[in-house]
Amino acid sequence: MRIELEKRANPSTLYSILSPFLALALTVVAGGIMFALLGKDPGSALYSFFIEPLLDVWSLHEVAIKAAPLILIGAGLSVCYRSNNWNIGAEGQFIAGAIAGAIVPVVFHDWHSPLVLPLMLIFGMIGGALYAAVPAFLKAHMNTNEILTSLMLVYIAQLFLDWLVRGPWRSPDAYNFPVTRDFAPEAILPELVSSGRANLGFALAIIAAVGLWLMLRYTLKGFEITVLGQSERAGRFAGFSSKRMIWFSMLLSGALAGLAGISEVSGTIGKLQPIISPGYGFTAIIVAFLGRLNPLGVIAAGLFLALTYVGGEAVQLTLSVSDKVTRVFQGLLLFFVLSCDTLIQYKIRLVFSRLGQSTEGGAH
Amino acid sequence: MLAVRSLTKLFGSFAACNGIDLDIKSGEIHALLGENGAGKSTLVKMLFGVLAPSSGQILWKGEPVRITSPGAARRIGIGMVFQHFSLFEALTVAENIALSLSPGISLSKVAEEASRLSHLYGLPLDPNAHVADLSVGERQRIEIVRALLQNPELIILDEPTSVLTPQEADRLFETLAKLKAEGRSVLYISHRLEEVQRICDRATVLRHGKVTGACNPRQETPASLARMMVGRDVASVSAAGTNTKGDVLLEAKHLTVPSRTPFAVALKNVCLKVRSGEVLAIAGVAGNGQGELFDALSGEYPVTDPAAVSIRGKAAGNLGITARRLMGAGFVPEERHGHAAVTTLPLSDNLVLARSQSDRKTFLAGGLLGIIRQAVVRIASKRISETMDVRKSGENPAAGSLSGGNLQKYIVGRELDRQPAVLIVNQPTWGVDAGAASRIRQALVDLAKSGSAVLVISQDLDEIFEVATEIAVISEGRLSDAYPAHDLTREKIGLLMGGMYGKTEGEVADAH
Repeated sequence: MRIELEKRANPSTLYSILSPFLALALTVVAGGIMFALLGKDPGSALYSFFIEPLLDVWSLHEVAIKAAPLILIGAGLSVCYRSNNWNIGAEGQFIAGAIAGAIVPVVFHDWHSPLVLPLMLIFGMIGGALYAAVPAFLKAHMNTNEILTSLMLVYIAQLFLDWLVRGPWRSPDAYNFPVTRDFAPEAILPELVSSGRANLGFALAIIAAVGLWLMLRYTLKGFEITVLGQSERAGRFAGFSSKRMIWFSMLLSGALAGLAGISEVSGTIGKLQPIISPGYGFTAIIVAFLGRLNPLGVIAAGLFLALTYVGGEAVQLTLSVSDKVTRVFQGLLLFFVLSCDTLIQYKIRLVFSRLGQSTEGGAH
Repeated sequence: MLAVRSLTKLFGSFAACNGIDLDIKSGEIHALLGENGAGKSTLVKMLFGVLAPSSGQILWKGEPVRITSPGAARRIGIGMVFQHFSLFEALTVAENIALSLSPGISLSKVAEEASRLSHLYGLPLDPNAHVADLSVGERQRIEIVRALLQNPELIILDEPTSVLTPQEADRLFETLAKLKAEGRSVLYISHRLEEVQRICDRATVLRHGKVTGACNPRQETPASLARMMVGRDVASVSAAGTNTKGDVLLEAKHLTVPSRTPFAVALKNVCLKVRSGEVLAIAGVAGNGQGELFDALSGEYPVTDPAAVSIRGKAAGNLGITARRLMGAGFVPEERHGHAAVTTLPLSDNLVLARSQSDRKTFLAGGLLGIIRQAVVRIASKRISETMDVRKSGENPAAGSLSGGNLQKYIVGRELDRQPAVLIVNQPTWGVDAGAASRIRQALVDLAKSGSAVLVISQDLDEIFEVATEIAVISEGRLSDAYPAHDLTREKIGLLMGGMYGKTEGEVADAH
């Protein structure tokens, strides 16, 4: 027996729009089953996972804090994936951006100036972009697969950060803890509103997402991204260069991941430490797909996945389940989004033998 | 021998074949005529067991049969030669043939039998040659011999001459005549009317999945056959009016391009000139460097030597396609889907695809931001659709929803709309219905009359004689000299296609 995917002649427009919501519903159902199997009441578990965080001002701030890097990275990845370049290493670019941006407050900690923060953000973007330039160069000139190279570079970045904070950048005042010195006040991203911790990073994320949406929707550059993503040959006919697009999309998504990295370090953590991300760079891949590779959709998807982080922490406290629950939810969500998209475009056909393509009555 | 009764094949709700009736007598060459998409291939795939019919009956020698696989078809005596060959290039002829037979037959016996058969039917073939070294015509012979080894009573040939030179086709026709004399039947699928009239005893014409006529092709005229195929009269292309020839607008000088991939053809020292008012047609069998020539002339893959290509007297060899468009050239590639057009995008976006830079001032706003002025683009797109009579559903549908002919009219119209000084077209009417084809050919002729230089690369000799003022032939990446169209015959072109690129008689003699 063999399973075949057959392209549907007219995929339903309604279902393509509904697809992410369908995936959400399925994730909630599957999550409920998971809680039941863990011996918890699914109703109250799902309530504290998805609803409770929305009821308190402080937890809404937490959602915004976690959504900011997801939206920043996810919006960049949307552009990248639309152009058929598969940057999987945003996590590494996030760390590279954090390290590059932290050069100013860590190495030049005696320098105090209002320029510190803007410089940090710019350095962060450059750091992320440079780190993404490695797989971009390898793909454009050596024809390597960017999925593998960008992913492998994540682990290098993580280990490099670990070495930095244990070695050359370790704070002299931290009793041998592997952290850098605390950033000076002018190196901290200011809070957005007085009611809580959410910082300027969230505003940056919204601005970036809206800007990218405008670019995709209205400009020739956006058109170029779509065309090259759909058909490289047609892009070449139009005079667009797929090599330049590799550079553009990788550097753009790298720079945004780097900006997310330095924003997180500067706005939320206030110093460098061995672990600075709960996997934002990977979760942003889910955000990009859940948001239909549309930067505005990414804003909504980013907020939702931020909720899974906050909700995961909540059920960890109230129901004492493992913190891996968050990861499971995110994994389920990606699985259902991709399955829904696939089944809307294709239908499944079971073929029982190669030759006996059922003879009677139109098997199609 | 074979009868088909109200055979129907549905793909979803679309009937590719709708109630087909067909009778093939023993010892006849029966033509199956129809345009692209008329349902010819679907019908023969059902006869050969590749597709299962949705309803209807197949009778073989009066007995109803269910043909469930190509193997079953072979067992009852049906052989088929497909348009696309299934041969392993790295293996020898005999090995390829042995692969399709039941195991346990020694290779030397296969080779012996194959060479006996190939001799008998006038299909010279060396069983020990590697397929990779053989020409397309020779490869087709392998397929035919392979089919003959099964001793079939009915042989189906799908568009066999589309890959052959006229001389190779003549040889194939002799073979078919021998098969017929032995009492075997041939089902011959083609859209080339001249061939069908020459060799076929009867013809069944399909249109939109239905039989629209059965006739003796020898008693019909090409026009009446075409009417059965298309359903209406086809306007003939009028080349009337004088072309005033002017300056050379497109020139290639010693254009040499190494092959980009192992399967590509290298261009060797190609020289050509197209003047204002001329239509230079480049004939040739598929896969002899046509695509590579288009790539080099369009600048999709520029060459290093600037002087190798010049447009309106200016060197352009090292320039990309955008720069060449700005010099006044327009291009229509062979493949519509995913090359000339992005099928998922609407027509207006596909207009931007080709003209974002040449019409930058009209189509874009906001300076470096490059904001696309959708309203302006849509008006231009509408104008093109109206001029070229593009039939579409809705105002601005996705390019992929148009039929091949209508999309091709749009793609050609998109270039004509800016009155290019130089137009380079690869296979302008490939897979296009006859009505759209004549519309496109007329447009090419008219463009040349208005003073542009037009280069048409085509495999269709009828098309070439309709539009060309000059003809050259491409073979294995070499281009022959160009001759005035009225000085050339099909036979002469056939010789040139065979690789005798007509420099001097002496060279031709040496080659043999």
